[in-house]
Amino acid sequence: MTDIAAVMPGERRPVPAIRLGPETLTLGILVIFVATISLAPLGRLALTAIAPDGTLDLASTWSVLARPRVFTAALNSLYVALASTLLAVVLGSIAAVLTVHGNIRFKAVWVFGFVLPLMIPPQVTALAWVQAFSPTSPVLGLFGLALTPGVRHPLFSAGGIIFLLGIYNAPLVFLTVRAALRRLPANLAEAARASGAGNLQLVFTVLLPLARAGIFAGAAIAFVSAIGNFGIQAMLGIPARFPTLITLIYQQLNSYGPSGLSDMAALSLLLSLITVIALGLSNWLGGRGDVRVEEGGRPAEIDLGRWRLPVEAGAWLYLSATLLLPLSALFATSLVKGFGQQLGWDTLTLTNYANALFHHASIRDAFATSLLLTVTAVLLLSVISLVLAYFISWKKSPLVRLIQMAAELSYVLPGIVLGVAMILYFLRPLPLLGFSIYGTIWIILAAYLSNFLALALRPLLGGFSQIDRSLEDAARVAGAGFVQRMRDIILPMLAPAVIAGGIIVFMSALNEIQVSILLVSSSARTIGPMIVFLEEGGSSTLAAAVGCLMILIVLALMGIASLFANRLPKGALPWRD
Amino acid sequence: MTQRLRNKAVATDTGRILIAMVSIALKRITKDFAKKRVLDDVSLQVENGEFVAILGPSGCGKTTMLRLIAGFEQMNSGTIHFNDEIIASPERNLPPEKRNVGIVFQNYALWPHMNVEQNVGYALKIAGVSSDERRRRSLDALATVAMENFAGRAPADLSGGQRQRVALARCLAANPSVMLLDEPLANLDVHLRASMEREFSDFHRRTRATMIYITHDQSEAMALADRIAVMDAGRVMQFARPHELYREPRNEMVARFIGNGLVLPVADLQRGRADGTVNVDIFGHRSEVRARKDQAKLAGASLGVHPDDLKLADSPVEGFAAEVERITYRGSHVQVHFRPRHAPDLSLSLHAPHDRPVSAGDTISVCVGDGWVIPEAA
Repeated sequence: MTDIAAVMPGERRPVPAIRLGPETLTLGILVIFVATISLAPLGRLALTAIAPDGTLDLASTWSVLARPRVFTAALNSLYVALASTLLAVVLGSIAAVLTVHGNIRFKAVWVFGFVLPLMIPPQVTALAWVQAFSPTSPVLGLFGLALTPGVRHPLFSAGGIIFLLGIYNAPLVFLTVRAALRRLPANLAEAARASGAGNLQLVFTVLLPLARAGIFAGAAIAFVSAIGNFGIQAMLGIPARFPTLITLIYQQLNSYGPSGLSDMAALSLLLSLITVIALGLSNWLGGRGDVRVEEGGRPAEIDLGRWRLPVEAGAWLYLSATLLLPLSALFATSLVKGFGQQLGWDTLTLTNYANALFHHASIRDAFATSLLLTVTAVLLLSVISLVLAYFISWKKSPLVRLIQMAAELSYVLPGIVLGVAMILYFLRPLPLLGFSIYGTIWIILAAYLSNFLALALRPLLGGFSQIDRSLEDAARVAGAGFVQRMRDIILPMLAPAVIAGGIIVFMSALNEIQVSILLVSSSARTIGPMIVFLEEGGSSTLAAAVGCLMILIVLALMGIASLFANRLPKGALPWRD
Repeated sequence: MTQRLRNKAVATDTGRILIAMVSIALKRITKDFAKKRVLDDVSLQVENGEFVAILGPSGCGKTTMLRLIAGFEQMNSGTIHFNDEIIASPERNLPPEKRNVGIVFQNYALWPHMNVEQNVGYALKIAGVSSDERRRRSLDALATVAMENFAGRAPADLSGGQRQRVALARCLAANPSVMLLDEPLANLDVHLRASMEREFSDFHRRTRATMIYITHDQSEAMALADRIAVMDAGRVMQFARPHELYREPRNEMVARFIGNGLVLPVADLQRGRADGTVNVDIFGHRSEVRARKDQAKLAGASLGVHPDDLKLADSPVEGFAAEVERITYRGSHVQVHFRPRHAPDLSLSLHAPHDRPVSAGDTISVCVGDGWVIPEAA
């Protein structure tokens, strides 16, 4: 028999209650990381907005916000965000009800097509739509529907912005409403049918009321996404002379440079407040009433009967109008030499692609910079979010909750607000190092890490909720320390979720425009804003080629991600039915 | 310490594994969760090689106790000792990975991304055991649960009983000082439970490991354990051998909990004919029942009996009078629900053979075959 007493650490070497083990150290690094990239910049932004000279000065904040221009822009922002949210909620909810409950055919393909616009950069979408309605539209021209030259473009208007934002955000509502509908067991619908409810009555009295939390959550996301969508607001709003808060902030920086920062901070604070109030309101509206159900089982199926064919026709018509029409226009434009040319065998050219890929140094550099930043952000965020998700899921504490809240805040606030915060925080030289990262790619990386942390976290939190904590406990009793458990147990089990998070971050970072639009400089330019610059500079055909290349990259990524789909937590890839 | 311990001490000769055991003492442990007391001044001494069951209804604190011994929770006061060494107190706490305990989890907790052999050998890998040695010891451990032919399988390809065996082998291969089993049979179906019960019992006999077995199923605890600690509301009610719990419950909770016991009010305790018996008045009829040797003469007390101890008497003078309320057919016997004439608001039942037909409304005479005067009656 072994003498355990001899090998047990006993009274001789007391074990302190809190030890600076790897676990504490990791948590410490996480706290410093999130404080540096999220809390401090946002705090700095708020401080600059209300105390520009170091002392609380609400009068000067008010004087910025009370300008008629600002007031108009704020009203415009609210108007387009609310109206487009309404459109997105209607479209997204109809799509969700039809695909979850309706007996329509080829659902998976349709869902893929419906969610696809979400994966395309908004500025590319805007560009594609502009081309679709352009006087020499290759597609509408076929039907003789193209606009005659000289007529004002119909999308360069408040209505156009609302229309595009609504279509763009409908998939966001669709995803949350679909998740809410899928929770509902079929027997609730069967009970309603037994009580005599018809199809429409079933949808409006049972299914949608029970999915209310999902509808409001979707509406909140759509609102936040719409009010912060720089790509569409800038591409349509600036030519239309329809100012919104974010285009105002953008033009402020362009006109005054960093000297206008305190005004920009005040505008950003206003935009943040609107965002936070909208989220709080929707949370409150969606959270009222008891919608708890016993989850599980298949969702109820609604037999559309003789309406099946018309509904299917309508669904596919919607997809062709919102996806094929703009994308084919974009593609056609990318294949002609000059904007406005008809696409034909004699005008067909690949010059734009050759220029974009090889000849145009700034585009090539932008692609390279974006790729470098995106890959770096993905790698860093994969590690950080895995560890952070571990703490959030299994080691809850007030400190961890604070980190999670900071990450969520950086995600929901409009990207342009984060951009202003980053400039304010990183404009001055770094302590000890003595130089400023403003104007370099590193400030963009910091903004990406801040903005996308919550996005990388999401699939991992889902992954952690699917594995039982006893699996970690078992490794602990086997003698494995924190680092060993992470490496041997947690990482292998969550690898698919890490990959899913990485792909989502990769696509978002490659597509984004709103975060980096304020941070780019002549020496550090990303691909997202490049399209706006090209379009502003009149190179529409080159912009279209870049847009098509970006869509190709996105499609390739989606394909790669789908290969892992079976091993991923359900819902990790939004485009999978 | 764990590494040295793990590298030594596994004496294997063809599948027979000896475990380096410890005795475990819990001294005056108190544990609160959010101001709610889940363990209240609990003390328990588990000897080397002993198989102890912790038995109690859900929410009695038994799982918390296991997690404290393993090191997943910290107590508010009290100490835990392994072989007289303090390993946990409110001030300092050896983390689970240093305690060298083994746990068999209720849901098995087999790592899905490792095969059976990798699962079983993981603790040895952590301890830095060479891969040949690891393989040999993993297969030895698997052999003790007759699973050596499944070494290359994934946990997902095993049945519930096989997973349970692998979990047991994994625990064994780590050569722990103590094995903690957290309701290991709760997720298995009824027949599998019976065969796993036998397996646990054989396993303990072969290894003589110190085992602490958490369960809410008293027949499991009775069948397996050397001693059982009955817990209720965060306290240890009684810690004794199974037959002692059944025959000599210390208080009313144990008396009612074990074997569907009944507690009857009795009066006028007098010295019995033999040592350890007393003569009491049960609903107007005097009977001889068991009691502590030093049982005081009291005006009233509580008597613990089991349903089988109540019998239909052959004649009215042999038992107390009662009214039959209703009868329930139970196959092998008839359950007779009745109310004693002296205590009509008390509803009791007994098992009657089929050859003694009774029906509702009858007056019967009930005798008490065996009973125990509960020492700590409230």
